[in-house]
Amino acid sequence: MSTVLWLLIALPIGAGAVLALTGPRRNRLVPAGAATVAAVTLGAAIAAAVTRPAASAPLFAGMEAGLAVDGLSAVMVVTVAAVTLAVLVFATGEFAADENRGRFFGLMLLFAGAVLVTVTATTLPLLLMAWEVMGAASWALIGYWWQRPERAEAADVAFLTTRAADLGLYLAAGAAVAGGVGSLRLDALPHAASPWLHVVSAGIVVAALGKSAQLPFSFWLSRAMQGPSPVSALLHSATMVAAGAYLLLRLVPLLDTTEWAGPVVAWAGAVTALALGLVAVAQTDLKQLLAASTSAQIGFMVLAAGSGGVAAGTTQLVAHAATKSGLFLAAGAWLTALGTKQLPALRGAARTHRLVGAAFTAGALTLAGLPPLSLWAAKDEVLAAARTGGTGLYAVGLAAAAVAAVYSIKAVWYVTRPLPESPQARYDTEQRGTRGVARTASAPLLALTLAAAVLGVLALPGPASWLRGLVGARGEPSPAPWELGLSAGVAFASAGLAWWCASRPAPVPRAAARAAHGWLYLEQAARTVVARPVLGLARTLAAFDDRVVDGAVRQTARGGLVTARLARRLDDGGIDGAVRAVAASARRLGHWARRPQTGLLHQYYAQAVVGFLVFVLIILLVR
Amino acid sequence: MLSVVTFLPLLACAVLPLLPRTLPDRAYVWLWIATSAADLALVIALWVGYDTRGGMQYEQRARWIPSAGVGYHVGVDGLSLPLVALTCLLFLAVAVHSLREKRRVRSYVCLFLFLQSVSIGLFVALDLILFFVFFDLSIVGMFFVIAGWGHGERARAAALRFFLYTFIGSLALLLGFIGLCLAAEPHTFDIVDLTRVNPLAGHGLYAGLVLLAIGVGLAVKTPTVPFHTWLPPAHTDAPAAGSAILAGVLLKMGTYGFVRIAMPLLPGSWRHYALVIVVVGAVSVVYGALVALAQTDFKRMIAYTSVNHMGYIVLAVGAAGTLAGTDAQARSLAVTGAVTQMVSHGLITGALFLLSGVLYDRGRTYEMDAYSGLAAHTPRFAAVTAVAAFASLGIPGFSGFIAEFQIFTGSLASQAVATALAVTGILITAALFLIALRRMFLGPARLPETIPAGGIRDLRTTEALSTVPLLAVALVIGVAPRWLLDVIEPAGRTLTGLVAR
Repeated sequence: MSTVLWLLIALPIGAGAVLALTGPRRNRLVPAGAATVAAVTLGAAIAAAVTRPAASAPLFAGMEAGLAVDGLSAVMVVTVAAVTLAVLVFATGEFAADENRGRFFGLMLLFAGAVLVTVTATTLPLLLMAWEVMGAASWALIGYWWQRPERAEAADVAFLTTRAADLGLYLAAGAAVAGGVGSLRLDALPHAASPWLHVVSAGIVVAALGKSAQLPFSFWLSRAMQGPSPVSALLHSATMVAAGAYLLLRLVPLLDTTEWAGPVVAWAGAVTALALGLVAVAQTDLKQLLAASTSAQIGFMVLAAGSGGVAAGTTQLVAHAATKSGLFLAAGAWLTALGTKQLPALRGAARTHRLVGAAFTAGALTLAGLPPLSLWAAKDEVLAAARTGGTGLYAVGLAAAAVAAVYSIKAVWYVTRPLPESPQARYDTEQRGTRGVARTASAPLLALTLAAAVLGVLALPGPASWLRGLVGARGEPSPAPWELGLSAGVAFASAGLAWWCASRPAPVPRAAARAAHGWLYLEQAARTVVARPVLGLARTLAAFDDRVVDGAVRQTARGGLVTARLARRLDDGGIDGAVRAVAASARRLGHWARRPQTGLLHQYYAQAVVGFLVFVLIILLVR
Repeated sequence: MLSVVTFLPLLACAVLPLLPRTLPDRAYVWLWIATSAADLALVIALWVGYDTRGGMQYEQRARWIPSAGVGYHVGVDGLSLPLVALTCLLFLAVAVHSLREKRRVRSYVCLFLFLQSVSIGLFVALDLILFFVFFDLSIVGMFFVIAGWGHGERARAAALRFFLYTFIGSLALLLGFIGLCLAAEPHTFDIVDLTRVNPLAGHGLYAGLVLLAIGVGLAVKTPTVPFHTWLPPAHTDAPAAGSAILAGVLLKMGTYGFVRIAMPLLPGSWRHYALVIVVVGAVSVVYGALVALAQTDFKRMIAYTSVNHMGYIVLAVGAAGTLAGTDAQARSLAVTGAVTQMVSHGLITGALFLLSGVLYDRGRTYEMDAYSGLAAHTPRFAAVTAVAAFASLGIPGFSGFIAEFQIFTGSLASQAVATALAVTGILITAALFLIALRRMFLGPARLPETIPAGGIRDLRTTEALSTVPLLAVALVIGVAPRWLLDVIEPAGRTLTGLVAR
């Protein structure tokens, strides 16, 4: 049974590694091969979802590398594999013949494999491994067009921000061991002893918020939009950013055990949903708008996790994955065809490329939360869960839902306008457009849009209780009819307002609008508060290392030389001088001793007399 | 068997001068490759025959200077076997890399064969004086490598500094060894006997001074802050092959000394001064990473990341000496992680230094700002360097993660603050490697003026064959580490037991 599981993991990772290594040499075959692998992976995912395999292997002392597909994982693996397939089929028509397709498709498959490991891992070490590999793949894919320095820099920003948050997982692992959970099994984490339990929770919450681009980490998602559109569709809407929400949904028992964690997570999600929704409204770049809305929509999942609504969060996750990846693919199709992603330049784009336009409009209406489309129902599930956490949470969530309708309708308004006089003049702001949409683009667009529209059935009473049973959350609240009605009314009202206001300047203070357009200046803040001081400290320490630490070593060496010179002087002038002085005085004594030896007899007699007298004198005196 | 492994390269070194001088340069290197490959094969045979539960194995004893308690005693256990294997693999890689060496090849090969014997000898030595002899001979060998084949006049200065600094360290080490020997009754330098006797138990200040002497000696070699400043110039001015061996093998002599000598022979003082060791380790981690971040010279930057990576090891062995608040699992994790880090750092940093040699070979400078967009001209070189950089910044899937994860999880329980600070090291190293990759390989293509008009060559076969296998082994350890951990873990448990007594 575990064969299916190993296949599910090994196939995308292995095939991805091979494709990435082949590089541009097999450019013709690579897209089809990658799509085939993705299709087989989807088959394996469905098989795994049905058979529920589990496997494990020893990893570290007392820790296993465990994989298992339970209810929540079953939903995740199918979602991930399906979106991967759709995005890769779409991407077959995206790249020019001379681009390195092997690298792109290989990394995408490698990434998909890492996500599949993340959502099936049962132990923290394995989850962390896949978690970080996702980040590395994201780096390589955002920087796919590395010749442009700003894209490479964007990749660095995204990777470093998420890794900063990932440190939380390292600390959580250490704290869990310290708290007595030596196995590091995810389901055993709530049993960690206090105070380590709080460290575990805090670490996991920070890591999840970072990966899911929640406040205050949201800015990296804006930079991640520099990557190719299929990358945005797969990594930065449906899978990698959703991984944080998945982790929180998986660890709801841990959040429950740590009393403060649930409310903190719920509020983080709710505030992100509202604030990043407003950021999305202020965007004039379609991909930026979609990115901000991704942060906001994942905020609903995080809100659900913080409120204990596992089924609600899962419904939102699945519905959003289908919706948003479809929207990104549509935006990507326009970017390839028209060379622009600026909303003003995209006026009437839905009329020139009707299929893309239809898919985009349907997706955006879903994103707006209009009934009876999927996100309307999913969001109400989330809000019903949030209401258990207090009216404040519910109100913020409802406001965020209203904002979602505003930004979605804003995008629809632009692309469905009548074509301006000479639309060509505004095109090609980013790259030279091909003016055509690849034939391979239509099938995945339609499939994702269809899924986005109908996945709302998961919130119908029958399927909803089935899903609750699946993810093991039977007692979760359902939205009351008045809640459904209220949210539908709010969605329609804000959508109508947005449509009516779209051509007029928004009645908000300029500074607020600018802050929202600049993603609340979070990146500047991170640069000012973290990056620049650290770089400054690094330079100071490097200078300190050269001058002080190494200087001390050099001074010691110099001191040795000085001592040696002193010793030489002492040796030459002192010891050797003393020896020479002894010799010289001996010579002098000898010289004096020679003087009486004159050879004249009378002088000898005189000396003898003097000597005798001295002798007598001494005897007399001594006595 | 173990003595054969140790002295086979020395034998080849002795044969070299007998060969006719008319042989082409490559013949000598091929002889070296053959010797190293044979040595590696022997070590693999040792590994296959190694019983993971057996403690010290393949022991050999011979009388050497019995009147002074000195004997020839060698053997391997789970702490030393991985390092012996690493040494053989790294020397083989360096041999392949040296196929293009043109300057005084015969002496060059001879010197490296000598260094290989000395390095293996150190890791298998079970007598303090034998250990010390190999320790000093390694310094001598590396001095000649840096001075003779380094980059010009600066290299000779760097070599002299390297020699004097580490030699002084080794004298402190010798002092400590003598202190140990004199405390044992009868006087002996045998590590196994001394471990059993634990001669300095309850000796208080005397034991502390002996630990200080040994600790300083090993800290210079490791190197830890503040004894690290010989390392950057030695690396920057050494030839690539010398740097790879210096970082990959010689630095391990310091950290290996901690787990082989300082911890089991001085358990009481080790526990007493564990906090000092932890602080030194954590400071090395953060300080090394930060100073590396500010470097503009690629090789110097990698040299400083070595300080950072060695800091993790020191942190872990210090934390393993802290008994309060931990269980045996945490301490065993820390020690296992430390030994894994030694192997991992040897593989990855060895590869990085060989790659920096490729960079110097092409552009005659290590200055990162001299290059831009190299990936356009040298895609394979860029890809291999990127993989090595990611491996070095501890991305899972490579050995660095396996090591660092165990170090962090094993150390946090007893030394929460120091470990939490040290964890930021992996973020800083990530930043510095990404910035370096972006500066040199990404962006618009621009080459230094020193490169001839003909352009720049991508990775040659010999260069790929010397670096890719190292990374491949790191990858295997990163994905399926059990074959390595099964060897290290029992020895790690034994060591934590010895420290706790």
